Amino acid sequence: MIDLADYRQQSPEVAARFARIKERPVTLEVRGLTKSFPSGDRPHTVFADLDLDIHRREFITVIGPSGCGKSTFLRIAAGLDEATAGVIRLNGKEVSGPGPDRGMVFQGYTLFPWLTVKANVMFGLKLKGQSSITAEENARTWIHMVGLGNFENSYPHQLSGGMKQRVAIARALANEPRILIMDEPFGALDAQTRTKMQSYLLQIWKKVDITILFITHDLDEAIYLSDRIVVLGTNPGGLREIIENPVPRPRSTAQFLTPEFLAVKARLEELIHPPAVVEDDEPDLLPMARMTRVLDDVE
Amino acid sequence: MKRDFFGLKQELPQGRRMGLLLASFLLPLALWCVVSYTPWLWHPLMMVDDPGEVEAFIAGDAVPRADFARENAATVELGLQPATGHPVNPVYLPAPHEVVRAFHTAFTTEPRLPGEPWLHQSLWHSIQIVFWGFFLSSLVGVPLGILCGSFRFFSRLIEPFIEFFRYLPAPAFGALCVAVMGIYDAPKIAIIFIGTFFQQVLVIGNTVRKTDPSLIEAAQTLGANHRQIVTKVIIPASITDIYNDMRILLGWAWTYLIVSEVVGTTSGITWFINQQARYRQFDNVFAAIMMIGLIGFLTDLILARIGRIIFPWQRGANAHGQKGILRRLLDWRAEHIRKYHSQPRLSTQPAPETAGLSAPAAVEPSTLPQHD
Repeated sequence: MIDLADYRQQSPEVAARFARIKERPVTLEVRGLTKSFPSGDRPHTVFADLDLDIHRREFITVIGPSGCGKSTFLRIAAGLDEATAGVIRLNGKEVSGPGPDRGMVFQGYTLFPWLTVKANVMFGLKLKGQSSITAEENARTWIHMVGLGNFENSYPHQLSGGMKQRVAIARALANEPRILIMDEPFGALDAQTRTKMQSYLLQIWKKVDITILFITHDLDEAIYLSDRIVVLGTNPGGLREIIENPVPRPRSTAQFLTPEFLAVKARLEELIHPPAVVEDDEPDLLPMARMTRVLDDVE
Repeated sequence: MKRDFFGLKQELPQGRRMGLLLASFLLPLALWCVVSYTPWLWHPLMMVDDPGEVEAFIAGDAVPRADFARENAATVELGLQPATGHPVNPVYLPAPHEVVRAFHTAFTTEPRLPGEPWLHQSLWHSIQIVFWGFFLSSLVGVPLGILCGSFRFFSRLIEPFIEFFRYLPAPAFGALCVAVMGIYDAPKIAIIFIGTFFQQVLVIGNTVRKTDPSLIEAAQTLGANHRQIVTKVIIPASITDIYNDMRILLGWAWTYLIVSEVVGTTSGITWFINQQARYRQFDNVFAAIMMIGLIGFLTDLILARIGRIIFPWQRGANAHGQKGILRRLLDWRAEHIRKYHSQPRLSTQPAPETAGLSAPAAVEPSTLPQHD
């Protein structure tokens, strides 16, 4: 076992950055958020009394084991689900349903298959009442920003998974939302594409005035991308910890092996995959017949 | 991988697929030829061509061979002219060449009575009945189906009654339709309407309900309201499936045609079939029945082709979906040309045959440079 740095230790630059972030106005304010489902005689609580302030242009990742309610939280923030109790405010205004002020990128590619890339990006703009010419100009800008200028007239089925997700990001951003909510957006991509998409996303985030609420179950992805990491748990569900990520910006994949990175990762491992409690009804060894000859040199 | 003819859920090689496609038509045809052209197989009756001076026979009658021989023998004994005839099977099944010939002669033969319609007029009349019945049904049924599929409110309000009503057989309304709408075309169109409409609402409602909910959520987060979600997401998302449903439903409408045409005054192709059966011209009857099948089949083929043109985004889905027979034949031919005449420069791009078939705007995904 190697000695790891304390994940709470921040270099002066990182500490200063967090101080600056906290001075910014709060974009998304979560207060006393509770979600429970009726199940049997007593309701099953996914999380209770969740409080969180997301500041402007902050990159927040929510991470946790499956079933911790991270997707539920995100769907409530997007207005697609209702909370049992508590409120979410966006720039001080209570969220009460889906709206164009919160852009959303889903894991499944939710591009409209009957529309070209350009028409997909124009979708929200035309709903806002922009004329076709203005909407087309704006859409082009965003399509170029995600690097798909040559594909504006392609249909989604002609694009690869990573390209589709870039269109989905462009479509969400074109609407100029206050916050971009991303639900495991790169979960369906292969490892290589995923890494590329992560750095694309950081590039875009640098250029655009956008707050990002990102859901993932990939530890590296969470550390690589975010300012703060919100860790949710199960049994009992709810907030475990909010980690201020000490890995300095600008980020690069070379940082995956730096002490800060590993320290955060170790802490996340600890929170998300706690040492297994040995349960008596699960035998350590499988009841197996011997499948090799006695004299074979096996362990 | 080893492939045999009976691999479970395994696609067969192209050559075998084509062979089976041909066999599926050729086997029934071969069976038909066997029973038509081999007088010693399943020909228990004699068709009387010329009754001669046998009193009991009329030209066109089919009588058991034993009776035919006995009567003829008796007639010859009396010194009279015996009847002539040829062996036939008991289902009045004309030989294939007779039916093929009837495809032509049925159109060129003048109606027996003045004022009676020619075959092409009868067919046109039938097509019009089907068209109007289907059109009127769709005019109400499609919007209603979309409403039911989009809003639980309409689904709960409308579908239970329709679910009940669709079990009432359309022909049962024949007498009622005649009483209300007279004996000409109106009751016939009404029967086709009744036969199609109720299925249509349910089928289209189901199709629309299957719209990917994540597309609806995506539209919501882009700021779409309920009306916009229906018009800009649900309808375009399900329009290709609705179109395919409509093709199937049009087939249903055709099956109600014959029933509807005997309501009130018999008309259209049914009139022709009944009339020809009365004259015992069964070659014409078979030809007319096949014409209905051909019209339906060709309409569907054309509609499938039109569908590929007007829904270009569906091409990716089509590549491994259902293909029409014509398409498969052309694909097969194109593959053969590629296989046996391909030079290195051809192998990197689709053969000209397939390139000519693609919709204009579509680019195959494999030809796109990959950015990721």
